[in-house]
Amino acid sequence: MSAASESVRPEPSAEDRFEYVLRLADTSLIAGQRLAELLGHGPALEEDLALGNLSLDLIGQARLLLALAGRIEGRGRDEDALAFLRDAPDFRNVTLAEQPNGDFGATIVRQCLLDAWQLESYQCLTGSSDRELADIAHKAVKECRYHWRFSAGWLARLGDGTEESHARVRTALESLWRFTDELLTPDALDARMAVCGIGPAPALIRERWETRVATALAQAKLERPAHQHYPWHGKRGVHTEYLGHLLAEMQCVPRAYPGATW
Amino acid sequence: MVNEFPQAAAPASRVRQVWQMLESVMDPEIPVVSVVDLGIVRQVRAGEDGRLRVGITPTYSGCPATEVITQTIRTALDQSGFTDVTLETLLWPPWSSEWLSEAGRRKLEAYGIAVERTEPGTLACPRCASRRIERVSEFGSTPCKAHYRCLECLEPFDTFKCL
Repeated sequence: MSAASESVRPEPSAEDRFEYVLRLADTSLIAGQRLAELLGHGPALEEDLALGNLSLDLIGQARLLLALAGRIEGRGRDEDALAFLRDAPDFRNVTLAEQPNGDFGATIVRQCLLDAWQLESYQCLTGSSDRELADIAHKAVKECRYHWRFSAGWLARLGDGTEESHARVRTALESLWRFTDELLTPDALDARMAVCGIGPAPALIRERWETRVATALAQAKLERPAHQHYPWHGKRGVHTEYLGHLLAEMQCVPRAYPGATW
Repeated sequence: MVNEFPQAAAPASRVRQVWQMLESVMDPEIPVVSVVDLGIVRQVRAGEDGRLRVGITPTYSGCPATEVITQTIRTALDQSGFTDVTLETLLWPPWSSEWLSEAGRRKLEAYGIAVERTEPGTLACPRCASRRIERVSEFGSTPCKAHYRCLECLEPFDTFKCL
């Protein structure tokens, strides 16, 4: 990046930075909480451990990002206040992350579509002009690489497995595909962040996500579903009915015992 | 060793003393390797105010041992008289398994945890040294370990994996 183009970059507002970091943070947090629901319920011990490890990584990424969001906001809210004391309309995660686990096939399809998005997003964010965000992205992208290996590996085994496993992932793919539009369709905030050099160019994420997912679907002998427009905007706080139930479970203890510590 | 008056020493020798002390602070999950062996302690430096700062870095974003490690380092500093030393978290450059010291590798292997290296085909069973092994899962009992099995002696074993 040349010095000249650095100097003409507009400065983002604190509100924009806060909202943008929250989108990333909440997507990791909600996806991590969904996977945490599976602890002790994995189809095999190894998969149980794997899902637990992925959940930990995602919640760890969310902590770093929520702490950053709290510092940007500057009103004294730390990562716990942001995770536990906001209601569903204040969450900015993409709606794909909050979809229920379903069977193991549905969990894998959701993770695969989301992992591809997180991997490509964090890869791009390592070059963000926001140094703190770039540092977190450098850390997260290393973890997202093996998350993707896990979910894409299982997608191939299930899709190219038995008639039953193929039918299950195909059904899950067809029902979850409508939520992918949100991952790839930029809104005004995404566009402003790209202009500031904080976020990636949205077209780049779409292109890389499409390529990555197409390869995984081909290996899994699955057909790409037709494009479906779906009018949910988790990034703006409009969620599916599932988020409220997830939050009720995740937040009930800190809300029942405010300020409690171990 | 407890230094009675660590503040009195010159900065360079205090930095050495802090490093030396930290080498005795063990990882809570793998108690044979120190936080220095693991590359969790990244730097000890004198700040602009003259106070020493210990820079530590998390291994995996969600490693549950991170907070215990920070607390253990704090307690060890306090007990050694380094009460004015501050801790800072450094995310950049991100931690990698390359930060594990050679001494750390040997200690892990002696403890029964194999250490994955970037060159393929070098992993061996920590019990019988056979290279006839198979990976059971890329995930294990802690974020930094994978689960393997030896096809020679049939023992399962943990592997400290590359990140």
